[in-house]
Amino acid sequence: MSLRQVSLRQILGRIGLWLSVFVIVSPAILFFLWMASLSLKFEIDNAAYPPVFIPENFAWKNYADVLASNRFLTYFVNSLIVTGSATGLAMLVGVPAGYGIARMAAHKSAVVILIARITPGLSYLIPLFLLFQWLGLLGTLVPQIIIHLVVTVPIVIWIMIGYFETTPLELEEAALIDGATRWQVFRHVALPIAKPGLAVAFILAVIFSWNNFVFGIVLAGRETRTLPVAVYNMISFDQLSWGPLAAAALMVTLPVLLLTVFAQRQIVAGLTAGAVKGG
Amino acid sequence: MSVITQASPAEPEAFSATPERTWRPPSYWPFVIPALVVVLAIIIFPWVFTIWMSLHEWKVGSPTVFVGLANYLRLPTDPRFVEAIGHTLFYTALSVVLPLIFGTLAAVVFHQKFAARGFLRGIFIMPMMATPVAIALVWTMMFHPQLGVLNYLLSLVGLPPQLWVFNPTTVIPSLVLVETWQWTPLVMLIVLGGLAAIPTEPYESAQIDGANFWQVFRFITLPLIMPFLFIAGMIRMIDAVKSFDIIFAITQGGPGSASETINLYLYSVAFVYYDIGYGSAIAVVFFLLIVALAALLLYLRKRMLWTSELGDGA
Repeated sequence: MSLRQVSLRQILGRIGLWLSVFVIVSPAILFFLWMASLSLKFEIDNAAYPPVFIPENFAWKNYADVLASNRFLTYFVNSLIVTGSATGLAMLVGVPAGYGIARMAAHKSAVVILIARITPGLSYLIPLFLLFQWLGLLGTLVPQIIIHLVVTVPIVIWIMIGYFETTPLELEEAALIDGATRWQVFRHVALPIAKPGLAVAFILAVIFSWNNFVFGIVLAGRETRTLPVAVYNMISFDQLSWGPLAAAALMVTLPVLLLTVFAQRQIVAGLTAGAVKGG
Repeated sequence: MSVITQASPAEPEAFSATPERTWRPPSYWPFVIPALVVVLAIIIFPWVFTIWMSLHEWKVGSPTVFVGLANYLRLPTDPRFVEAIGHTLFYTALSVVLPLIFGTLAAVVFHQKFAARGFLRGIFIMPMMATPVAIALVWTMMFHPQLGVLNYLLSLVGLPPQLWVFNPTTVIPSLVLVETWQWTPLVMLIVLGGLAAIPTEPYESAQIDGANFWQVFRFITLPLIMPFLFIAGMIRMIDAVKSFDIIFAITQGGPGSASETINLYLYSVAFVYYDIGYGSAIAVVFFLLIVALAALLLYLRKRMLWTSELGDGA
């Protein structure tokens, strides 16, 4: 009797748990499904009331239209260059810096990163915009690459400090006593151990640089827009056709969404460690 | 640290030349210097330059004049700035409290064991990782008063249609809806980390005492995750005050200036009116406001700890 009671309670508990999981996850799932639905419907279906959720005919041509027009490919390449360069440079200077700060136990230097974390992105834009104008760099991708470092460098340093602080010192000390240089120790002892940290820092830097919008609206010209800026400009000009707009929005964010699902362990580790966010 | 800075970048030979000397840690400065240069150029320099510009009448295309604190004195008399402060505080308060509540509930659920938990967690954090502009675009369509799916959903449960972001009184709550949807996952992750660190003993004794789910949550879980809730609240406050992409892409501060926060006003002053000096002053005051809010939260936390200790003692 008591055994049956317990199992009934357990079953009810399970049902309650799954119900709550469903309620919690559904806003995210439904939103992205609706996004996909909007992007795959012809205008008649998108303008219908009550709304059509799954259309009879899929408008794959929305995607074809976006790819064909609006220089989508140019903007995609711009995004790749800006995010790739900003992340690469940030790894290049940020990983050794994280190592140095961790080994020197220079915890006060974290204040600079904290300030960078608090400062609104727009505050950097005013002085750097004037500087780029003065240097005659506006109209190229260089200003955007440099200003994206504002986002990527603090993320990489912050995450790498955390990782290098937890890696064991004994091996490094042994290597130093055996006559290895600091650089050799870093390159051949510390770096291989910190590989998971490198992945976390890289993924987060890529995502926050890819998503960045505010730097682009000020610094990007017609030829140098990144994808988020290009999508924003589509809102203002082609407001009437929802299908291609939603298709463009989905294509812009799809790489990030895929990365989120497939690298969710690294992302969760990075976000809970530093709770970083750019801009 | 002073010892390290004094140590010259010694050659490896230096070690072998004096084998009897105790081993000293080498300098790590060469590792930090490249990043230091970058940080100086893109974080420290902009700050110094901003403060300097804020003391000048500086408009693009006209000569620069030193005006002292005139730009700062202009702020309290600028009705658009004062209103923007109000909008920012309202937006921020809601955008801290709502994600904290929903994020905590979600964390309690995700703390349980169930199938495909990792995958579902990945889905759950998608809103905060997705490109904000892309999300804003879809929310704009959902907010549409005639064709939007939100008013259709309201009609299903018998509620009247809303104007959402097209009505000055509902625009900020509507934007907060987006912000909450987007950032509840971050609170969930932080609180989830806190839940993982809680020992199991209090729960076992509570079970023996016959406490119900709510009592366990209220008297055991909540006090133990308080430090994590505080961190989450702090991060949420900093991000909500600075919120830009979502508001700019959905309303651009409208209708009228009903959703114009400080950050959006800063954008207009600096990059629409090109009033660089005044914009710099806003940037400085804006930063100080964020620091002040953070300090206020720290103070409230300290006071809370103090009163709860008093309560325990009594």
